[in-house]
Amino acid sequence: MSSGKPGVVILDYGSGNLRSAVRAVERAGAEVTLTGDFDAALDTDGLVVPGVGAFAACMAGLRSVRGEQVIGRRLAGGRPVLGICVGMQILFETGIEHGVTTEGCGEWPGTVERLEAPIVPHMGWNTVAAPEKSTLFEGVGDERFYFVHSYGVRRWDLDVQPPLPSPMVTWTEYEGDRFVAAAENGPLSATQFHPEKSGDAGAALLRNWVRSL
Amino acid sequence: MSLAVRVIPCLDVDAGRVVKGVNFVDLRDAGDPVEMARVYDAEGADELTFLDITASSDERSTTYDVVGTTAEQVFIPLTVGGGVRSADDVDRLLRAGADKVGVNTAALARPELIAEIAHRFGNQVLVLSVDARRSSDQPSGFEVTTHGGRRSAGQDAIAWVRVATDLGIGEVLLNSMDADGTRDGFDLEMIAAARQATHVPLIASGGAGTTEHFCDAADAGADALLAASVFHFGVLTIGDVKDALRTSGHTVR
Repeated sequence: MSSGKPGVVILDYGSGNLRSAVRAVERAGAEVTLTGDFDAALDTDGLVVPGVGAFAACMAGLRSVRGEQVIGRRLAGGRPVLGICVGMQILFETGIEHGVTTEGCGEWPGTVERLEAPIVPHMGWNTVAAPEKSTLFEGVGDERFYFVHSYGVRRWDLDVQPPLPSPMVTWTEYEGDRFVAAAENGPLSATQFHPEKSGDAGAALLRNWVRSL
Repeated sequence: MSLAVRVIPCLDVDAGRVVKGVNFVDLRDAGDPVEMARVYDAEGADELTFLDITASSDERSTTYDVVGTTAEQVFIPLTVGGGVRSADDVDRLLRAGADKVGVNTAALARPELIAEIAHRFGNQVLVLSVDARRSSDQPSGFEVTTHGGRRSAGQDAIAWVRVATDLGIGEVLLNSMDADGTRDGFDLEMIAAARQATHVPLIASGGAGTTEHFCDAADAGADALLAASVFHFGVLTIGDVKDALRTSGHTVR
């Protein structure tokens, strides 16, 4: 890296507004490339998997750039990956939308299901309950983050035995429905909310991640 | 844990410049949307809305530039509305840097557009913008208007919200054309009626004059509160509104 900064690829597979994600990760101290190129995504210090819209559409987009394979190979080599929003959801085994079940990347056990609140999408700034030792939430565990989603993961079933570090799960709650707001499991981290849209708190979280690369 | 009521300043943008009554004392250039977006972000705005009122399609590219520059510098959600006619228009705005896109007249003319956009980009990007006014001609007592509230669309506003919800919108921006610009308060009955008609988040707009007005609208069922002139003229700050909301028992960021 000529700049001395860690390199980050934001995986471009035709999903949503990536411009602010690029700038936000740059601001967090990384040298950012927006690309769907397989080798670039495999070789970089950190890979961000964004995602908006439907689970099935995102999985299809991801497969079109062999994103599933990139994620799997990176994790096998202990190389960091950060999923954001639907980019987090697709890391789980399955997503159920309108009664249709779609297979996800299966890096984590669990199912992405529709939220059960009177008002959906869950849209806006919510608080989270982060574990004390969290890397992502260091210094920002008490802040609010910007969520916009209609589906979530209600159960965390992955138990890792020592000497591997235990996964750290951050929860949030909306109208009595409790679901995963973020998870950190070795090289694989993800947030249901949008750090790139979460103002200073989101910027700090991204800095925490970039610093860990 | 609970979700915060959002406070959203709205900027009218014409050919890349903010227009319609902006009187900020602490700005070098009160017409620069990016600079204003930055000020509102610093004041604690939860989102920003740009309403593109550019009439000429030639000048629309300027709007895309403004959206792009704003998205690169301001890290809160950005909604852009005005002149959106097709799913391709939505695509262009999202690529420029918008997070959500407001659709109004084009969806009235062709409701299938809602489903097309929702299918392609997810319903969370789609804000249905409804300019409504009181009317005894419609069952709910509220009708949809076009042309800045001057013309009736001949449709019941609350029924339209219900239909659009079924077609896949992610949010409703309900603007009272009766209250708009009066600073006499939001149309609380209209907010309550729309709240009953949809399960998606509801942004109330039109009539904000005092901090109490914002609290009343939140009490009536609004999930987010949008205003323009009271913020642009410095009558109220975002902080004033949030303090009042907090005092009256609402959760704010």
